[in-house]
Amino acid sequence: MTARRVLGYGGAVLLAGWVLVPIWFVVVGAFSTADAVYSYPLAAWPDWSLESMRFFVTSAGVPQALLSSVIVAVLTGVVTLLLAAPAGYALARFVFPGADAYRLAVLSTRAFPVVVLSIPLAVFFLQWGIYDTVWGVALMHTALALPFVVLMVSAVFAGVPVDLEEAAQVFGCSRFGAFRRAVVPNAAPGLAAAATFAVLLSYNEVFAASILTLQQPTLPVFVLTGLTQAPLPFRYAGALFLLAPAFLFILLIRRRLLGVGGGPTLR
Amino acid sequence: MSDIRLTGITKRYTRHAAPAVDDVSVTVRDGEFFVLLGPSGCGKTTLLRTIAGLEQADAGTVHLGDRDVTGLPPRRRDIAMVFQGYAVFPHLTVAENIGFGLAMRKAPKQEIAEAVEYAAGLVRLDDVLDRYPSALSGGQRQRVAVARAVAVRPSVLLMDEPLSNLDALLRLSFRSDLKALAKELNTTIVYVTHDQVEALSLGDRVAVMRAGEIVQCGTPMEVYDRPATRFVGGFLGTPPMNLLPVRRAQDGWTAAGEPFAVPEEHADRVGDELWAGIRAENIEPSTTEVPGALPARVRLVEPLGSQLLVSVTVGDESVKLLTPTDFPAGDDSRLWLRVPPERVRWFDPASERALDGTDRAGTDRAGAAVSSG
Repeated sequence: MTARRVLGYGGAVLLAGWVLVPIWFVVVGAFSTADAVYSYPLAAWPDWSLESMRFFVTSAGVPQALLSSVIVAVLTGVVTLLLAAPAGYALARFVFPGADAYRLAVLSTRAFPVVVLSIPLAVFFLQWGIYDTVWGVALMHTALALPFVVLMVSAVFAGVPVDLEEAAQVFGCSRFGAFRRAVVPNAAPGLAAAATFAVLLSYNEVFAASILTLQQPTLPVFVLTGLTQAPLPFRYAGALFLLAPAFLFILLIRRRLLGVGGGPTLR
Repeated sequence: MSDIRLTGITKRYTRHAAPAVDDVSVTVRDGEFFVLLGPSGCGKTTLLRTIAGLEQADAGTVHLGDRDVTGLPPRRRDIAMVFQGYAVFPHLTVAENIGFGLAMRKAPKQEIAEAVEYAAGLVRLDDVLDRYPSALSGGQRQRVAVARAVAVRPSVLLMDEPLSNLDALLRLSFRSDLKALAKELNTTIVYVTHDQVEALSLGDRVAVMRAGEIVQCGTPMEVYDRPATRFVGGFLGTPPMNLLPVRRAQDGWTAAGEPFAVPEEHADRVGDELWAGIRAENIEPSTTEVPGALPARVRLVEPLGSQLLVSVTVGDESVKLLTPTDFPAGDDSRLWLRVPPERVRWFDPASERALDGTDRAGTDRAGAAVSSG
């Protein structure tokens, strides 16, 4: 091995450790007894006790917060996909004046910090009667996820050859029928990946959710607000709950996400 | 089966640019294998897509048989199409792909199964019916595309460069298969290609297109032997037709300074220059001096296997000819070229049009190519 490669691998190991070691200790803490959590130094290996986890999920407020989070995340995923699909399809299929400007404009919506928008948002949501509801949070999360998902979905559609749609039309489909029968089946994995991205973004989003909720906090908001008073096992278990879905989903859709970045994957 | 009548088809993609298809009128006869031939960008694919209904013409009408299908979507036209990129559905098996058209028409299962079996048999796909396209070779995928088109028994079958994605060997065998298939089906076929060999070998008639217009339309031998314009002569044939400028001199006509016979009906023209179009294989070379032959000097000899391609200069003009492989043409040697007068195609340098029967120089453009069928 050359020095370059040693350096490269060494750097990779360092980076991985930098990310993974704290996460590992979260896992250790979440699956240890309370006694083990409070002992010093913390064991490097969990004793696979479910005590901390049981304590976390039965704590007052956690089940409701978890339920809110899941509902908000699913709503966000569904609504984002429903809105992003037509927009992404248009970007992928049609040449129209200002298409590039539109792409940029879609992304530039993310240039406004949520902090700046928080007060007006809260006011509007109060006026509309959706303040402190799962709908309100889901709406906000949809707005946050939409720009990225539109671009992801457009890459997915661009990867399905136009030929397929035209063939479907020639062989008996209407335009929409061709979309449904020729495009959707071939775009489905990519669309699922894009929706998953929105779900995860929503599940882990804390700032907007904390501004827009009071009695109906999502899980990250609930964990965050109680963080300073909560006992250690609660924090470890809570952290694991917030981390786990992202880890699992990324593991499952990793190849799809990479495919989306790399352009057309079909044919 | 039905004939196809296109009347005044014009299609523009951008408002101010030249139209992709410019006022084309042509009739494809019932059961005919009709080839649209031309360089890329000549509008041949646009014209095909207009027949399919995948493009709507800005002007003009499309009739299939007695039906005016001008405004109809593709699915209402009773057509089928084979795409250049195959366009086989990756998420369906070969059998489902072939049966797709009939399934969309809600045909009974039994009928679909029979049609799939028949179409798959025609293109020899019987043993891969349960596979997915990803497990097939390019040639097999193209066969699936053809079978899918045949299975719906369309009155018109459209093919958009179906062989261009195949490698050379496969292309040759598939070409023969297509010709046999066309005979078997006896349906009206419109076939787009930029490959002149494909066009000549497959077509009952060939329409040569350029810049959105049909320049000439006729049987393969007509367009090859009697090109209507200089462009057609140059586009068809390998090598392209030779063009030798023939100029009026004091005592008759000369080519590269040598006397050259011009038929009387052309000799009376006002102009002082004509072009003699001569196919490479029609030139008779000799290594000894022949009276009335053009003296030439050999520049390059390229063996093509079955023939020699010999590049020579006649005066300042370069000419290509084909000879048998045993012809003794060495580099820089002298040759005498005899050109049989009846094999010369005469062109007017100003209009670049041929100067005889099939030509109606000056009267119209695409009109000259319109068949009466």
